[in-house]
Amino acid sequence: MALRRDWVYENNGGTCVAIAGSDYCVIAADTRLSVGYSIYTRDYSKICKLADKCVMASSGFQGDLKALQKNLAARHLIYQHQHNKQMSCPAMAQLLSNTLYYKRFFPYYTFNILGGLDSDGKGCVFTYDAVGSYERVGYGAQGTGAGLIIPVLDNQLKSPSPLLLPAKDAVTPLLESEAVDLVKDVFASATERDIYTGDKVEIVVINASGIRQELMELRKD
Amino acid sequence: MFRNQYDTDVTTWSPAGRLFQVEYAMEAVKQGAAAVGLRSTSHVVLATVNKAASDLSSHQRKVFKIDDHIGVAIAGLTADGRVLSRYLRNECINHSFVYESPLPVSRLVVHLADKAQVCTQRSWKRPYGVGLLVAGLDETGAHLYYNCPSGNYFEYQAFAIGSRSQAAKTFMERRFDAFNSYSRDELIKDALFAIKETLQGEKLTSSICTVAVVGIGEPFHMLDQKIIQEVIDSIEIKEDDAAAADQAPIQDEDKSSEAAPMDI
Repeated sequence: MALRRDWVYENNGGTCVAIAGSDYCVIAADTRLSVGYSIYTRDYSKICKLADKCVMASSGFQGDLKALQKNLAARHLIYQHQHNKQMSCPAMAQLLSNTLYYKRFFPYYTFNILGGLDSDGKGCVFTYDAVGSYERVGYGAQGTGAGLIIPVLDNQLKSPSPLLLPAKDAVTPLLESEAVDLVKDVFASATERDIYTGDKVEIVVINASGIRQELMELRKD
Repeated sequence: MFRNQYDTDVTTWSPAGRLFQVEYAMEAVKQGAAAVGLRSTSHVVLATVNKAASDLSSHQRKVFKIDDHIGVAIAGLTADGRVLSRYLRNECINHSFVYESPLPVSRLVVHLADKAQVCTQRSWKRPYGVGLLVAGLDETGAHLYYNCPSGNYFEYQAFAIGSRSQAAKTFMERRFDAFNSYSRDELIKDALFAIKETLQGEKLTSSICTVAVVGIGEPFHMLDQKIIQEVIDSIEIKEDDAAAADQAPIQDEDKSSEAAPMDI
């Protein structure tokens, strides 16, 4: 088999997590940018505010992520000019899905998670694959540490199966502070075992009063 | 205006070297409701008179935000203005995307002027029937430009377009030397004064005008109706005071004439 020399992607590692609450949403991502066994920088934000109540976090190839964020920001500006208001989180979720599928045959190498408040003020989280398949969930994780984090969130957040009837609310009954603590715990645990996750975790919380951000230190090894 | 044999096509010159279709397009601007713009070194203010087609309908939108640092006010065919605003917004978004920085105002007006010029040199097109006052802020400071249907553009300290704009221009010609040192609020006041001049007798209320500001540290936005009404009220109080001051000396004279016979 001939050696393939057209691999244009790079995995910069990292992990993203989001949890939806009844009136808040927590989105978090670590700040380490790696390639192979090296670290490019310990201080890189994977989180992007797309609209007033809508934030996106992604892991994967950060070059594609930058381009995707710029694309969505420009589309959001056009939306604001045409509709005289900000995009809602579910609207942005659909836009992101379409944007990703647009490049179905040369995908954005990004594993995205969208979090925010829907039009009723309830927390919402949308989780994506690289080509735009998406689903609204109560919590989600993407990236190199996702495999370590999702089982823990499953255990803690007891999300009802979407197959059960009657359909139950996917948002967690946890308080905002409890959800933030849970996020800090899962990141600390993932950092222990995943080499690509560490340095710092950037935690963004969206609620009715706005968006706030905090940083927590993680192990640097 | 005048019918003559050289005005059917925009691609036909007259023997005197004029393109009548372009001039007729500029007439359309003069028929539109008034719009004024003034600038200082740090702020630019746009103000327009909003005509309503009838008492039942809403007022026309004549001021458009193009980007955080640029806005336009239009006079003439509002539909053309809306379409051009969409074009300007796109240009700004594309520039920001590629260069991660706001589009300088001077470049934007050149794009707009070139677009207008194309319509003066194609037999299947017509010139845009709208004049635009472009107000913006960039690295080189605050700017106010006027783009006309001919494809020309000029930079101004202050300008007015639309019907009865000459009254506003005369008002501003007397005062423009001081504009550069004006504060933001003084600019807004003078803009409303200028609009008042174009109304020539009609009452100025916040419901028939729109005022927008862009400045250093202040993205382009339209002012709230309440704030506009407060400024209008303060203008009117000053005018009433001035009128009252004119009357007072007359009363004093009467009193002194009464006193005089008593003294004797």
